[in-house]
Amino acid sequence: MKFLRFLRDCLSIISTGSRVYYACLFFLTVLMIWGGFGYYGQLKDGLIVTHMRDSVSWGYYIGNFTFLVGVAAAAVMLVIPAYIYEWKPIKEIVIFGEILAICAVIMCLSFILVDIGSPERFWHMLPFVGTMNFPSSILSWDFFVLSTYFLINVIVVSYLLYTHFYKKEYKKSIVLPLVLISIPAAIGIHTVTAFLYNALPARPYWNSALLAPRFLTTAFCSGPAILILLFQVLRKTTRFEIKDEALFKIAELMVYTMFIYLFFTLAELFKEFYSDTQHLIYWKYLLFGSPQNREIALYSWASILMGFVAFLIFLIPSTRKNFFTLNIGAVLIYFSVYFEKGITLIIPGFTPDTLGQLYFYAPSVTEVRTAVMIFSGGALLFTFLTKIAIAILFEDFYFDTIRKKKAQQKRNAQL
Amino acid sequence: MADMQENNKTKQSRRNFLKKAPVLALGTIAMAGCNSEYFQQNFKILSKEEKDKIVKNLEKKYSEKYGKKFSVSDKPAMDNTLFAYALDISRCVGCRRCVYACVEENNQSRDPQIHWIQVLQMNKEKGIDFHDADVHYNPDQVPVEGHFYLPTQCQQCENPPCIKVCPAKATWKEPDGIVVVDYNWCIGCRYCMAACPYGARHFNWGEPSIPNEEVNPVTHYLGNRPRPKGVVEKCTFCVQRTREGKYPACVEICPVGARKFGNLLDPNSEIRYIMENKRVLVLKEELNTQPKFYYFFGV
Repeated sequence: MKFLRFLRDCLSIISTGSRVYYACLFFLTVLMIWGGFGYYGQLKDGLIVTHMRDSVSWGYYIGNFTFLVGVAAAAVMLVIPAYIYEWKPIKEIVIFGEILAICAVIMCLSFILVDIGSPERFWHMLPFVGTMNFPSSILSWDFFVLSTYFLINVIVVSYLLYTHFYKKEYKKSIVLPLVLISIPAAIGIHTVTAFLYNALPARPYWNSALLAPRFLTTAFCSGPAILILLFQVLRKTTRFEIKDEALFKIAELMVYTMFIYLFFTLAELFKEFYSDTQHLIYWKYLLFGSPQNREIALYSWASILMGFVAFLIFLIPSTRKNFFTLNIGAVLIYFSVYFEKGITLIIPGFTPDTLGQLYFYAPSVTEVRTAVMIFSGGALLFTFLTKIAIAILFEDFYFDTIRKKKAQQKRNAQL
Repeated sequence: MADMQENNKTKQSRRNFLKKAPVLALGTIAMAGCNSEYFQQNFKILSKEEKDKIVKNLEKKYSEKYGKKFSVSDKPAMDNTLFAYALDISRCVGCRRCVYACVEENNQSRDPQIHWIQVLQMNKEKGIDFHDADVHYNPDQVPVEGHFYLPTQCQQCENPPCIKVCPAKATWKEPDGIVVVDYNWCIGCRYCMAACPYGARHFNWGEPSIPNEEVNPVTHYLGNRPRPKGVVEKCTFCVQRTREGKYPACVEICPVGARKFGNLLDPNSEIRYIMENKRVLVLKEELNTQPKFYYFFGV
């Protein structure tokens, strides 16, 4: 009953807000509807309205899925340094990291749902009701780790907010173990997602043991990049306090992972180019495209350049410790990873296909619209959840203050 | 006061909705229930009676849709049978008759076009090299000077990478070695297509279309029955024919006799003769897929 009241009051938090807030909701809803009509066309006519075909049978949807798994994973991995360096607002960092993770996981599952040809049959791959191919299929593993991770985050976030709402002290014995489990789970979701592609010998481009480690390093760049920006906004607009040093520390940790990522990529490139086997053809397509179509090279070089500039910005202390350049760097690394995971990870794996045939894939309008639908839906959810968290954590939105306010209003009305 | 009433109203409408919710949910389930196919379980785990009932329903459905009498078989594998295929690279002229015989026999969609057999044109000086191969060759006359042809289709692996990855067990290897798909169970995730090293799996990107007069009404549940959109399909060695003791359609049509088919467990079969007297090879042997589709040079 108490929990129901908590939920009901959360609803009232998200239904009231400033003009900017409503404008934001309106904008996101319009985007979602626009995207939704695109997706409706796909539901009606099938995946033929995408540009995926037998040669390139996975594309933009699966790329976005992979990227968002990274975002989901990294948001929580920030908890590790928060503990190690004993940053003061650790509870807040955990909550906002996990809210981001919750939204990212929901978006991940949505991208899987829009990608499958018969979404109404999704239950076929669930345990008990369907015939899940566990443990053989890595997709079944991914389902387990993602849903476990999702549940942990939902429980931790709602428990922390719930106790705060009722002005109770949260029990460390409940939260700490869950947060500690969520860290290996975060590493788990990204590793398993990498394994999804990794052990398919039919696709030499992905068949490298470095794939999962590379996934983790890019995730550790894109997730914290979002949080660096978010924490600054929160600090300006709410009572949320985070020291500059903590933000710079996040940036410093990102430099290390960027460096490791760079090293892994160099190792990969050396192995491929020095070996000079037929498998090089995928890397050549990635970096230079094919004489008939060079579009992919645009994305890969954009990703490389943005990543490199961001690396320099984060590496040099004077630009790292300047919020203007730091924020530019955060945006650059975010898009660098987005291009890398969203586009240049999946497509070269299929180009050329297993019989050596070339089909040049680029997402169709429907695919872009469907992605917009999911991203704006995710953003909408993220707005709602952060608004609730901000209200409860920083705006004294407690059960008793609400009751007082309501009583006050009632009295005013009666007068 | 006005506020309170407002509050009550919203409360009521919420309550009304909560009351309606289970009804709505039940309604959706009931609607889906009319379409009993939706609740059908994985074909592999069904009993004989359940399978027969499903097959009967399908026969009715297809007969109505295409306006001719359909038969849908669910005949299981025969004992002591392990089907295998051999293809004589030195004889194949690249005429693609097998491709179209397969399309007609197996009810592949005409638009969008699906071909279970892909014939690759290769350069004699390069040998078997996929990165130098062309599926879309279109000369006035085949064979083209300096080229040879390598038809590919499902290699019916003994160690199939596609089955391993399927999240729903919608595809499996039958006792006679044929890898099949339950089109009523496939969710269309296309993981198997990513895993197949031979490009043998094809997806129904759109609603498949077959003209009524061209549709083949003699079908098998796991083989050539018409497929819905959004599922994966592949060569089944013409399971509807081979389990009845006939040759696959591609073997029968081949004008140069390049295609051989038989039971690996029968020492007197043609396939065993080829394995003992010719030198056979399989594609991408390093992947350990162990195809039961052998290539050889007959002359």
